[in-house]
Amino acid sequence: MKTLYLFVVMTNLSCGQKTDNEVNTPSETTFTAELLVDELEIPWGMVFLPDGSMLISEKSGEIIRFKDGQKTTITNGPEVYNRGQGGLLDMELHPDYENTGWIYFSFASEEGEEKGGNTAIMRAKLNGNSFTDKEILYKASPNTTKGQHFGSRLEFDDQGYLYFSIGERGERDVNPQDITRDCGKIYRIHDDGRIPEDNPFVNESNAKRAIYTYGNRNPQGMVKHPETGAIWIHEHGPQGGDEINIVQKGLNYGWPVITYGINYSGTPITDITEMEGMEQPIHYWVPSIAPSGMTFVTSDKYPAWKGNLLVGSLVFQYLERLELNGNEVTYREKLMEDIGRVRNVRQGPDGFIYVAVEGKGIYKLVPL
Amino acid sequence: MKFIICSYLLIVSGLTYFLIQDKELKESIQRGKDIYNDFCITCHLESGEGVENTFPPLAKSDYLINNREASIKGVKYGQRGELIVNGVTYNNTMMPLGLENEEIVDVMNYVLNSWGNSGSKMVTIEEVNTLLK
Repeated sequence: MKTLYLFVVMTNLSCGQKTDNEVNTPSETTFTAELLVDELEIPWGMVFLPDGSMLISEKSGEIIRFKDGQKTTITNGPEVYNRGQGGLLDMELHPDYENTGWIYFSFASEEGEEKGGNTAIMRAKLNGNSFTDKEILYKASPNTTKGQHFGSRLEFDDQGYLYFSIGERGERDVNPQDITRDCGKIYRIHDDGRIPEDNPFVNESNAKRAIYTYGNRNPQGMVKHPETGAIWIHEHGPQGGDEINIVQKGLNYGWPVITYGINYSGTPITDITEMEGMEQPIHYWVPSIAPSGMTFVTSDKYPAWKGNLLVGSLVFQYLERLELNGNEVTYREKLMEDIGRVRNVRQGPDGFIYVAVEGKGIYKLVPL
Repeated sequence: MKFIICSYLLIVSGLTYFLIQDKELKESIQRGKDIYNDFCITCHLESGEGVENTFPPLAKSDYLINNREASIKGVKYGQRGELIVNGVTYNNTMMPLGLENEEIVDVMNYVLNSWGNSGSKMVTIEEVNTLLK
């Protein structure tokens, strides 16, 4: 009986992450990081337009178009609330951009009655060097003067639904577990802002109907899996406990009831890391790397990295490469060590990887 | 006799002034702690220790004590470029935090009176108001 007990306990323990959580330093470099766009402050979003130019959103609110080595400032972007971690955040193109012309933004906005701000989603069209046809598609409420956790990332899935993340805005005990409140959620809407009728909480009374998942903390990475089409996110944990999760309809990702992290003060938030009805991450980082930006490598430019996930680290200032076996992380590696705070990483339509670094600019990874 | 009364009044008013300032400072530090825990803690951490080579420490920071004005300006307008703090070089960007001047007063008073930092003159709203880029 004792043996059986032990067996049960061990099986339970093994439900968590199996592989060790060590990050490796590669023995040889296989690429050079070429600084393509210089002198940027906090380049949060980047999208690649069909004419070969790149649009870059700065947290300050500035939007830059980079083409043939020249920067042009685009005017009439979103009016942003610049406070703490809030400002102009991510950008994404409509899946059929060439015909629709829609560009999507996430940003901190003061719209609403209360003092402060909260995350908003807008779409607009680029006309010359200015944005027109601006439409607010979603605005989280209420506003708050708190400075943290706006979320921000935008991604379309294969069916054309737009997903976006809004962090819990510093109200961890109020927002994430309550579907009648905004914040601490992943949302799903149509490209024009309508709420899909098959969203999980459309029939719950008083629920925020755009909510797709809840119990999230502050997701700042979101990407569609190239093969399964699933939406993958990562989210900042507190001290320790950053997570990678796969977005699934109506599920609860557990913040702050379960977490692998602790308070900044070193005191525990909870010692519970799993609970019935709450999802386990497919990977968690202890210590926190402070992840921002995420992409899958699908191009043929980096044969050894094909199918890998790349994630920026704000706190350790490198780009992390994660090898996967299905949904399991099997190997972690540091790239671009000490480069600076990596805010975003994307694969361009040309197959190259572009990395946005705070205080530096956008690097292009050129294979050797 | 006149001299005694005068000194007495001086001492009393002086004490009152210091006691009021002391109370004001204490309240400012208390409010500053909340601001710190909201806006600063994610990088500079719970005890102002920062992250070596990435986020400069605020606890017992020689830069902070020797560059009071530049430090307040850093909070008000953002901080760019190279800084040497306790012998370690930092080269990062801290964007303007969007704090109101009253909040800058409070958070500076908290930082200047925490984790072994002490003895600095109280930061006042007049001081923050007059600091230009």
